[in-house]
Amino acid sequence: MDLTHTADEDAFRAEAREWLATNVPSEPLPSLETEEGFAAHREWEGRLAADRWSVVNWPVEYGGRGADIFQWLVFEEEYYRAGGPGRVSQNGINLLAPTLFDHATDEQRARVLPPMASGGTIWAQAWSEPESGSDLASLRSTGVRTEGGWLLSGQKTWSSRAAFADRAFGIFRTDPDAPKPHQGLTYLMFDLKAPGVTVRPIGRLDGKPAFAELFLDQVFVPDRDVIGEPGQGWRIAMSTTGNERGLTLRSPGRFLAAADRLVGLWHERGAEAELRDRVADAVIGARAYQLFTYAGASRFAAGGTIGAESSLNKVFWSEYDIALHETALDLLGAEGELADTAWSEGYVFSLAGPIYAGTNEIQRDIIAERLLGLPRGRRA
Amino acid sequence: MRFQLTDEQQDFARSLDGLLTAAGTPAVVRSWAAGDPAPGLALWSRLADAGVFALAVPEAYEGVGPLPVELAAAFVELGRHAVPGPVVETVAAAALLGRLADLGDASPAKRLLPALASGGTSATLVAPGGGPYALDADSADLCLTVTDGHELTLASGHHPVVVSADPARRLAVPRPGGEVLAAGPAVTEAAAYALGWARLATAAQSLGVGLTLLEHTVAYVKQRTQFGTPIGAFQAVKHRLADTLIALEFARPLLYGAALTMAPADIAAAKVTAGEAAYTAARTALQLHGAVGYTEELDLSLWLRKARPLRDSWGTPSACRAAVLTA
Repeated sequence: MDLTHTADEDAFRAEAREWLATNVPSEPLPSLETEEGFAAHREWEGRLAADRWSVVNWPVEYGGRGADIFQWLVFEEEYYRAGGPGRVSQNGINLLAPTLFDHATDEQRARVLPPMASGGTIWAQAWSEPESGSDLASLRSTGVRTEGGWLLSGQKTWSSRAAFADRAFGIFRTDPDAPKPHQGLTYLMFDLKAPGVTVRPIGRLDGKPAFAELFLDQVFVPDRDVIGEPGQGWRIAMSTTGNERGLTLRSPGRFLAAADRLVGLWHERGAEAELRDRVADAVIGARAYQLFTYAGASRFAAGGTIGAESSLNKVFWSEYDIALHETALDLLGAEGELADTAWSEGYVFSLAGPIYAGTNEIQRDIIAERLLGLPRGRRA
Repeated sequence: MRFQLTDEQQDFARSLDGLLTAAGTPAVVRSWAAGDPAPGLALWSRLADAGVFALAVPEAYEGVGPLPVELAAAFVELGRHAVPGPVVETVAAAALLGRLADLGDASPAKRLLPALASGGTSATLVAPGGGPYALDADSADLCLTVTDGHELTLASGHHPVVVSADPARRLAVPRPGGEVLAAGPAVTEAAAYALGWARLATAAQSLGVGLTLLEHTVAYVKQRTQFGTPIGAFQAVKHRLADTLIALEFARPLLYGAALTMAPADIAAAKVTAGEAAYTAARTALQLHGAVGYTEELDLSLWLRKARPLRDSWGTPSACRAAVLTA
């Protein structure tokens, strides 16, 4: 048992640190949930990609460096330590790309991945529908077979980044006669500028258009944008939750950097004794999350899988993130309520954590049923 | 990087689990609490034979250590089985004597360490960072104290045993005086090092206590039926257990990370997190067992009553949080 990095990992860290020190913008970019900020973040993705830092864990042929999970963790630690901007392409990189690596054709990978890596195409997710949130398999948006492809109709909602993104991915009901709700679904990619798509941005809690409703009216999607077999969409969408995505959805580097900034704020604000324990908890939580991730990565590197354990991870980081930001706002005192500060922006962002990517209630059900072996409840 | 217990380390933990399961620790704990240490001392010998007390002792003094990762793995098992006795204190005393030898004063180590490593003697300890009470001073062979005045003494006796919330923890204040084994700033430095080992071992024990509380409670809610269904099917029950598992599973990597670095801040982080997780598990276990969980008769009580004293011994949560930030 050890926690030592290899010489290669150390060299990789040094190279990343040097590049980031030179290239990370000295002033924070405008919020990526605004039109101006989205454009600035897209440009930043291009700079990362130009020197192969945007998707380090992808194969070289798609713009990556073939980094393994430990090198990826090292990069993330350095990225957030250097104050790197939020990743506007994260929906594509974290959610769609793993699915493409597992289920797409070579042609699809060659066509879709390089522009995802460069920020040329920014992806939005299109999972939820007005009547299908946690019970995603009840979704009703349809795909109807047509010459050379599918016609999508229906309504998607809470589509992160869709206000300014280029394309979206999601699952659609292509066989309404399938006997069970999880069957007859197909995983598709579509253009948000295509005829028949209407994007209505939704202001999140602070008013910024962080997500959108998508109205789809006979939107044509060619066969080449179907991932995997038609009818297998549910299995395909769920399969990648069990691999390293369970580890990479939120990198420990981000929380280590945030905890460091919090300690800085605490010192700056005169080290109030009453908040000391909560500041300590932020430091401890970041370390716990880092080590938990290293343990998972070690299991993964040794050939194991990450299954329902990713639900432990998700509940932990999403609640941790809120607690950390609440402590920061409390340290700021009367200034804590001011909008448009980095802490305030981070706080608003953190509030969504327990809701998206499977609510924490669903995650706790998964933990109880699959890790503790408790009886399944009413949830189908 | 391979941040996982090795096969050998897992085998070691499994062998201790087997030994302790066969020993039937609940009866041992009840005897210990009632003032009859004989079954506990017999168990002590068996743990010593398995090598538990040699882990903190350097090879020069007939130990196999220092092996903090193995020690942590072992103490998780001791916690899982609620093993009574001054197990943490014996390890901390060994660490103290070993460190003192490193710092130039080897005579107490030569005299006392080999018997601590072999399990021939047990030790309790009062030192800075811990409380005023020597745990199980009435049955320990040695009662060591570190004073604020940089002295390590072998106490000649102790005041009467006072009752802990966990009756298997028999507390007594050492009598002042006794033989001075060592003196000077090296004693204080060695005691600070020993505090790290005490906190690490306590954290591991806490994690083990929490794991057993969770395990017993999961088993109970699967078989306890109300409204015609096992209560473990209700979300309110499930979610509380899920949160308990999360707390324990995030304490585990902190524990082993601390064992690898032995940095005071890492150890303090592990101590507070494991202690709080075990206490969370105790509250969950009590609530979900309902009234029967509130009884002394149910063996669950042996773990329930241990969680909070362990959370506070060798560094309260607040003291440990402060240590995290002073790093």
